[in-house]
Amino acid sequence: MIETIGISILWVFLYGYLIIGSIDFGAGFYSYYAKVTNKKHTIRQVIDRYLSPVWEVTNVFLVFFMIGLVGFFPASAFYFGTALLVPGSIALVLLAIRGSFYAFANYGARESNVYLFLYGITGLLIPAALSTVLTISEGGFITVDDSNVQLLLGELFVSPYSWIVVMLAIVSVLFISASFLTYYANVAKDKDAFELMRKFSLIWGGPTIFLSFLVFLTLSTHNPEHFQAMVEEGWLFVLSLLAFLAAILCIYKRKFMGIAFLLVCFQYGFAFFGYGYTHLPYILYPHITIYENVTSPEMGISLILAFLAGLLLLVPSLFLLMRLFIFNAEYARGR
Amino acid sequence: MIDDPVVLSRLLTFVTLAFHIVMATIGVGLPIFISIAELVGIKKKDPHYILLARRWTRGYTILVAVGVVTGTIIGFQLSLLWPSFMQAAGHVISLPLFMETFAFFFEAIFLGIYLYTWERFKNPIYHWLLSIPIIIGSSASAFFITSVNAFMNTPQGFDLAEGTIMNVQPLVAMFNPAMPSKVSHVLTTAYLTGAFLLAAIAAFHILRGKTHIYYKKALHLAMIGCFVFSIATIINGDIGGKFLAVYQPEKLAAAEWHFETEDRATLLLGGILDPDEQEVKFGIRIPYALSILAFNRPTAEVIGLNDFPEELWPPLYIHYFFNLMITIGMFLAAVAFAYLVFYYFNRFNSLNKWLLRAIIICAPLSILSIEFGWIMTEAGRQPWILRGYLTVAEAATTSEHVFEMLLLFSSLYLALAILLPIILIRLFKKKTVESEIENQNIIL
Ligand code: HDD
Ligand code: HEM
Ligand code: HEM
Repeated sequence: MIETIGISILWVFLYGYLIIGSIDFGAGFYSYYAKVTNKKHTIRQVIDRYLSPVWEVTNVFLVFFMIGLVGFFPASAFYFGTALLVPGSIALVLLAIRGSFYAFANYGARESNVYLFLYGITGLLIPAALSTVLTISEGGFITVDDSNVQLLLGELFVSPYSWIVVMLAIVSVLFISASFLTYYANVAKDKDAFELMRKFSLIWGGPTIFLSFLVFLTLSTHNPEHFQAMVEEGWLFVLSLLAFLAAILCIYKRKFMGIAFLLVCFQYGFAFFGYGYTHLPYILYPHITIYENVTSPEMGISLILAFLAGLLLLVPSLFLLMRLFIFNAEYARGR
Repeated sequence: MIDDPVVLSRLLTFVTLAFHIVMATIGVGLPIFISIAELVGIKKKDPHYILLARRWTRGYTILVAVGVVTGTIIGFQLSLLWPSFMQAAGHVISLPLFMETFAFFFEAIFLGIYLYTWERFKNPIYHWLLSIPIIIGSSASAFFITSVNAFMNTPQGFDLAEGTIMNVQPLVAMFNPAMPSKVSHVLTTAYLTGAFLLAAIAAFHILRGKTHIYYKKALHLAMIGCFVFSIATIINGDIGGKFLAVYQPEKLAAAEWHFETEDRATLLLGGILDPDEQEVKFGIRIPYALSILAFNRPTAEVIGLNDFPEELWPPLYIHYFFNLMITIGMFLAAVAFAYLVFYYFNRFNSLNKWLLRAIIICAPLSILSIEFGWIMTEAGRQPWILRGYLTVAEAATTSEHVFEMLLLFSSLYLALAILLPIILIRLFKKKTVESEIENQNIIL
């Protein structure tokens, strides 16, 4: 019971990070793009108005996931911790560069191309780095001999599966973020920005589906067990595809932009939960399962209670944040 | 040494924490003063105080941003460098760690709102109300993380049977004996550091010849905070010493170079130790003071280091860090006291050049004192990472690449340490106080 609740909480927060993190990362990239192509006043403003109040919150989602994982499944700290020193540290440095340079460029005095470049490029590198953790969790990249855990970096580099996941991550970031910014530009009634972001949504939509298929294909050889489980829950992935098609249709017809973005969330929601659900009971194939490595019931229950108490605090605050900034047409428009 | 993962992991942890703690301390310390300034401004209808709050908030935001990224690094790095420790910690002490993330959420959300809503409410008190969750969030995160650190010093709330952890009691682990004294000292020193930072900025401008009343208001507000919190720091620092005497006598003994268990123990300041003879040269000795520090009684018996096996001795260099922290603490209190005396007895000039200089020095001193205090605490826990259960050497990662990571992170912190002051100075130079007051872009 505790393991199911625990993994569900973690997965929901990781999904939250996937969506708002993607918006954030992609927006950084588009912001830089707008700068170098001199489209400054159209999308930059829209992006800045959305990003400035929420970037810190985005980061906390990731920290929450990490700490929650250690709390609910302590052994994962040991396995992932030992194996991921190098890739983990690189991802951390990228995150640090991104966060601090965002603050420097945004609250600091001068607008600098270097800051913006770092901000834009890390927006694509970070999701690439983070997505390899999911790849590693599929097994085959970690060896364990009497409690000495080692990552097989070489194998990771030559594995087609791992590269396709990286590409899917990058493309998804660009797509999710473009579809959100299309909606936000629409709320802000910024015609130029709207058209530009709509174009990007349409461009990046196709590749997300194509690469998802490739992920399926390569997974069938990399981890047949997981692949089989996914086939059995195939309806989830069909729903994901339908949500995608409906979203693209809305965006193409310039109608119901809010719903279109919601549909994109559903597209990723179905796929992400389908992937996670079929991944179970393993957290890390084949070493860690949610049943064998769950924390003690005492700790599990107190974590869940703390979580519920935390939600009581969090939900109203997030609601306030959204009302003041994101779903506030006046604010989005810049007044 | 370059290939010993234990030494390297310790170094990397040290570099990261030493950097983070500066941002974190300021992040905890500033919000109450921002909030007080805004409230005073609203109550007195004095736009100077509002401007004060706004300018402090701008600097605060940048520091918090760096605090957030370095904190994120710590959150992951602990698992990367100390996997066995985090596995054990996950079982027993993950509750406060988990709750800390909620405190972060809370603070981050309201900071975002606070920053971008200065003129959005008709009644300014609503905006002020938004500062309360920021204070609660940042102080709560300090509370939770410090209780984790306290647990590392006095672990409890679980049983260990044949290497497996059983009978976990999360709340007992969290409310361990080290928690009350540690949390209160960490919080008051954070407020103290925040106050001296703000006072030093104002003092600097006055010393440079700025005469606007704005600076005097800023200085006075901050100095009151300095006085209150320096007294509180000395009081709960003393409580911390008494805690050590009972629960971690080896740490106190190492910090005092107190080798033989004896009553009427002498307090030692400074000095040079001859470790073989256990003799100290050049130190200042204060009779009975150590017994008083430890138990409030001049005749009390204080346990000495020779009662412990030598391999469990903490490093003896912590003596200097302990002494420096206490000396600085006394100095800070003296400066704050002198300012108030000068201020309320008009015969003296409270804007005396020497006093202003002393106040300016106090800001870096208080930050140093934070670092010294932490080195004393953390190094004083050696060789344990979980006192009595897990040593540092057992807990470290076995990876061979820690050295490269040390270089990587050190360069990152170096870059941030260089850029941060540049950015802050540029930010405040671009919009001077005088121009902001003149432009009247501060409306109540
Ligand atoms: C501005 C910073 C500052 C100042 C002025 C002082 N301290 Fe401190 N001290 C800290 C900042 C600090 C700290 C960084 O916050 C520590 C490190 C760990 C902790 O709990 O707080 C600390 C730890 C610490 C400990 C160790 C607690 C432990 O390891 O469990 C003791 C005994 C004291 N302090 C005592 C004092 C006394 C008697 C002071 C008298 C003036 C004093 N401190 C001033
Ligand atoms: C007394 C010592 C410490 C204090 C007072 C402190 C306080 C803070 C503060 C104020 C922040 C900024 C949070 C925000 O604005 O959202 C922060 C960030 C953070 N700290 Fe520390 N911290 C301390 C030590 C540590 C340690 C030892 C850890 C590791 C377990 C840690 C983990 C973190 C993390 C993960 C973040 C980033 C959270 C985010 O993304 O918002 N902190 N800390
Ligand atoms: C809250 C502020 C903290 C600060 C500023 C701090 C500072 C330090 C410093 C300076 C060291 C190096 C000591 C040495 O070289 O011997 C250290 C060691 C360490 N600290 Fe802390 N610490 C803090 C809290 C924590 C917390 C809450 C944790 C864990 C959750 C933690 C985990 C460690 C670890 C794993 C080491 C390495 C082992 C060692 O060398 O003692 N620290 N810390």
